[in-house]
Amino acid sequence: MKRVYLDNSATTAVDRAVIETMLPYFDKAYGNASSFHSFGREAARALESARDQVATLIGAKPSEIYFTAGGTESDNIAILGIAYANRDKGNHIITSAIEHPAVLETCRHLEESGFKVTYLPVDIDGRVSLSDLRDAITEETILITIMHANNEIGTIQHVRDMGALARDRNIAFHTDAVQSIGKVPLDVEFSNIDLLSISSHKLHGPKGVGALYVREGTAITPVIFGGGHERGLRPSTENVPGIVGFGKACEIAHNRLDEDIEHMSSLRDKLIKGILDAIPKSVLNGPCSDRLCNNVNISFEAVEGEALILALDRVGIAASTGSACSSKKSTASHVLLATGLSEQMAYGSLRISLSRFTTEDDIGYVLEKLPPIVERLRSMSPLWKEE
Amino acid sequence: MGYEFNEKVIEHFENPRNVGEIEDADIVETVGSPVCGDMLTLYIKLKDDKVEDVKFKTFGCGAAIATSSIFTEMVKGKTVDEALKITSDVVVDALGGLPEKKVHCSLLAPDAFHNAIEKYKKEHDPKEQ
Repeated sequence: MKRVYLDNSATTAVDRAVIETMLPYFDKAYGNASSFHSFGREAARALESARDQVATLIGAKPSEIYFTAGGTESDNIAILGIAYANRDKGNHIITSAIEHPAVLETCRHLEESGFKVTYLPVDIDGRVSLSDLRDAITEETILITIMHANNEIGTIQHVRDMGALARDRNIAFHTDAVQSIGKVPLDVEFSNIDLLSISSHKLHGPKGVGALYVREGTAITPVIFGGGHERGLRPSTENVPGIVGFGKACEIAHNRLDEDIEHMSSLRDKLIKGILDAIPKSVLNGPCSDRLCNNVNISFEAVEGEALILALDRVGIAASTGSACSSKKSTASHVLLATGLSEQMAYGSLRISLSRFTTEDDIGYVLEKLPPIVERLRSMSPLWKEE
Repeated sequence: MGYEFNEKVIEHFENPRNVGEIEDADIVETVGSPVCGDMLTLYIKLKDDKVEDVKFKTFGCGAAIATSSIFTEMVKGKTVDEALKITSDVVVDALGGLPEKKVHCSLLAPDAFHNAIEKYKKEHDPKEQ
């Protein structure tokens, strides 16, 4: 059966060139980067070269890059580390209602230990308003953490203005850029970012690797202990092959950023138009402009998302939904609900996320298979009213 | 974590039995709502204390659709009392099992049927008239 992978916001295929670059670090240059012998030095050199590649992609200095085990860990180290380092300055954190759980749950954890957290609302496009952010700042605010681009609906936030606001008030500004990296030009200097989380497996690198950028001079307290790796911020023997692969993935993304964005945007727009034209009572979730080049999120009236994903899977199409019918109770996406979408439409959401490897053929296949599936599910839905 | 449905569940999901409405149904019962993320409407036609015909419409995940389908298949032609014995456990067994987190979906159809019969009995109970 034909198989089409369109769940690239969940994870991506590792680029062949990335795999090739990683291989020697499994069984030839396999030393511990902390060791003082030729094996160790080889590994250490590879780490530093990967650090350069990651830094180049986001306009940072290599010394500002800390390798981690992924986006979630980067978010945790950043938020907890800033909170603990600034405890005597204040106890207030500002974030948004549509963050990834790695940010939301870390903030909730801090609330349990006495911090106050403001969860800013978003508009219908999923955008945080700058004036809401300005109004939320108090004398106690020590951290603003707002994601660069949303994982479900692709909204790109105006981080540069937010960063400027934070800097003006001497507040640390963190952004989760896991979804935007390699899909939006990003420069930490230009965008006034103090801390930034990224992950390797979202841009055709291996899983289990990520990085945290911490601007030079930012006070941050470690939350993991034992060994002093990554200048004490993320101790643990470095995952050298993974980091090498991550570096290569960043280098490739950097070299072909414009080309990738153009490719994905054009397929994205074709897919959005094709679906909305072919399927009545379907609406695009998320913005029309300043949207991730690889994100399509559409809700279909009277259709439940998980049933849709199952039916698509049966014809070889891998996509995802904001609807999760599990354990005792179904839940609709907190992101879609925050944009003001009704529960019914939030349950009926389909996220299709593209990559640089997505082809015209893939899009054509979705446009061929999706409309009859939606029609079939609607024909058995008590919520569907034929016009 | 992801989960996997067995072939029988998939077969009912892809070819659900008894989908639709019954124009002159004796009872129409809806459980769930679009706000809960799953919703089932059951149409029942009774004759001589037997389930003569039954149809359904479901808004819900694959498990909700498959359990609705097999439930209608199982109660059709049975007496009301026999049909009332088809609980969610019986439905899950008949499907050859459901992933743990999907078991709750199998409550939908038996719940709707129970509510429907209860209402019907109340409405047709001579003592209540």
